[in-house]
Amino acid sequence: MTDPVPRARQIAEAHRHLDGPVLPVLHAVQAEFGHIPAETLPEIAHVLDLSRAELHGVVTFYPDFRTAPAGRYLLRVCRGEACQAMGGAELGEALRRALSVDWHETTADGVVTLEPVYCLGLCSCAPAATINGVPRGRAGAEALLAELEK
Amino acid sequence: MTLTLYLPRDTAALALGAEAVALRIEQEASRRGIGLNLVRTGSRGMVWLEPLLEVSREGVRTGFGPLEEDDVGLLFENDFTDHPKALGAIGDIPFFARQTRLTFARCGVIDPLDLDAYRAHGGLSGLARAQAMTPMEIVEEIIQSGLRGRGGAGFPAGIKWRTTLETNAPSKVIVANADEGDSGTFADRMLMEGDPFALLEGMTIAGRAVGADRGFIYLRSEYTNANRILKDAINVFSDHVLTDIGFSIELRLGAGAYVCGEETALLNSLEGKRGTVRPKPPLPAIAGFLGRPTVVNNVLTLAAVPHILADGAPGYAAHGTVRSRGTVAVQIGGNVRYGGLFETGFGISLGELVTDIGGGTATGRPIKAVQLGGPLGAYFPPALFDTRLDYEECTAAGGLLGHAGIVVHDDSADMARLARFAMEFCAVESCGTCTPCRIGAVRGIETIDRMIAGDPQAAPLLADLCEVMREGSLCALGGFAPYPVESALKHFPADFNGHRTAAE
Repeated sequence: MTDPVPRARQIAEAHRHLDGPVLPVLHAVQAEFGHIPAETLPEIAHVLDLSRAELHGVVTFYPDFRTAPAGRYLLRVCRGEACQAMGGAELGEALRRALSVDWHETTADGVVTLEPVYCLGLCSCAPAATINGVPRGRAGAEALLAELEK
Repeated sequence: MTLTLYLPRDTAALALGAEAVALRIEQEASRRGIGLNLVRTGSRGMVWLEPLLEVSREGVRTGFGPLEEDDVGLLFENDFTDHPKALGAIGDIPFFARQTRLTFARCGVIDPLDLDAYRAHGGLSGLARAQAMTPMEIVEEIIQSGLRGRGGAGFPAGIKWRTTLETNAPSKVIVANADEGDSGTFADRMLMEGDPFALLEGMTIAGRAVGADRGFIYLRSEYTNANRILKDAINVFSDHVLTDIGFSIELRLGAGAYVCGEETALLNSLEGKRGTVRPKPPLPAIAGFLGRPTVVNNVLTLAAVPHILADGAPGYAAHGTVRSRGTVAVQIGGNVRYGGLFETGFGISLGELVTDIGGGTATGRPIKAVQLGGPLGAYFPPALFDTRLDYEECTAAGGLLGHAGIVVHDDSADMARLARFAMEFCAVESCGTCTPCRIGAVRGIETIDRMIAGDPQAAPLLADLCEVMREGSLCALGGFAPYPVESALKHFPADFNGHRTAAE
């Protein structure tokens, strides 16, 4: 695997010309490593001329940026009102029970990470979820779990 | 002879199995030796019919849906005529026939990345007209159209543009706010996936009107499909339309923070900072992105612009009510039988939308309440269903129109749980800058829990807290979170009586 630090430097340098490069850089680093490795932060901060504190503040402000890798499957379940109106809360409950995790946690075998999301824009086919970004409408716990087992 | 079929690749269609249907169509065509042109469109917005396949018969698009992959064989067998899932002409489906499609005229009709099809369906004629006008003439046209901000605030778009036009600066910026985070809303997503050129054309016209040289689209990261389509659309548009226009468009992704839909938090995020809210003044129109004069408009505000320029302001202003002109893209979701996007002139009643057009609940049970305008919008009981969709009328009824999302709940809904959720959502998403929102939301959860537990002192405390949040918060997140809470309490006091167990 690529050493994250020099690669993060490359990514930061490639985006440095942008107005407001921080989020594009963090997205690119996460796309490559699945999370933002802690050791890359001083390097990114240096290239973008930020203090480490400023960059830490940005990384921790946004829910998307993870400081540890997710499981092989990232299961995101909508908690918005439209999904609640169609049993979304019960769906979330059933998945947490079946996977023995709470929100934001990864199963003991490291396979599935369960995350809440506040709206996927699928409010007319609620409840909604995504598995590694693939959208599922009128989602049921059984069907989602079956997909994870494949 | 080539067979041309139209199938959406809108996220809702994908979520309901469009890819499996597409794959089966390709297999069937190849097995039968039929040349296939499968056009991937946006969605018509009739989500209960997705995946909705269309074929053109003597110039009329007829549809089949909701399709499953096993329906495909018979479609080929019967040469796309008789089929248990046949819907007839799309334009005759009541949900569709009753709409006034101006902003969404092309959505679901054309390949969103086909610039020739865009042009053939009226695209770019607004920009052509704008290029022959002075900036002030364009601004006047938008003012005359009565177009107001579709993101929720309802501020007149032309006035905002005039402020930026009249501010002298070496560089100005157009920002499309595509951080559509409100639950119950998906019109921006549908437009970006189904007709992205309309947004790009609107931004370009806005750029010409105010003298901006750069445009940004700030898209929420949850919209991965819109991200892919917009990226491609920007490339096509830049290579073929923006070549000799001094305007460029860049796509930027958010990172999961709801508050970045607020325009000043969005600007901070775009600059690479934490998405915290800025005090106003200065107005972004005068000092926004990196201090430059910046027009921040919702996707639908900008996407309405090409049509207004092409057809003229009077035509657009003829739709709607006295102070809410033009069309509104209503999104009907939650527990509803016929859910989807319904574009119509302002002034339609809530009741007509949810019971008549939406067909009532999906579960078949009575409607208990609808939430209008996203997670910070008020709950309306059926007694208020004669409220018309109009910025002022919704406010007068104790709510807000917001981005015109309607979420339907049946009679099993626990309004205390939903009120608690509104505070919980505010607590999770608060940017932390102002105390009423940061602390108030947490105290709100606790106080609602006390009410549910039967504490008689909790109700006056909650009323007081809501007032502090409403009057003292820096932005609409903390300022509007009391709407769902107080409306739920006002219309459904029995749900807070302590008989029910606390949620979670």
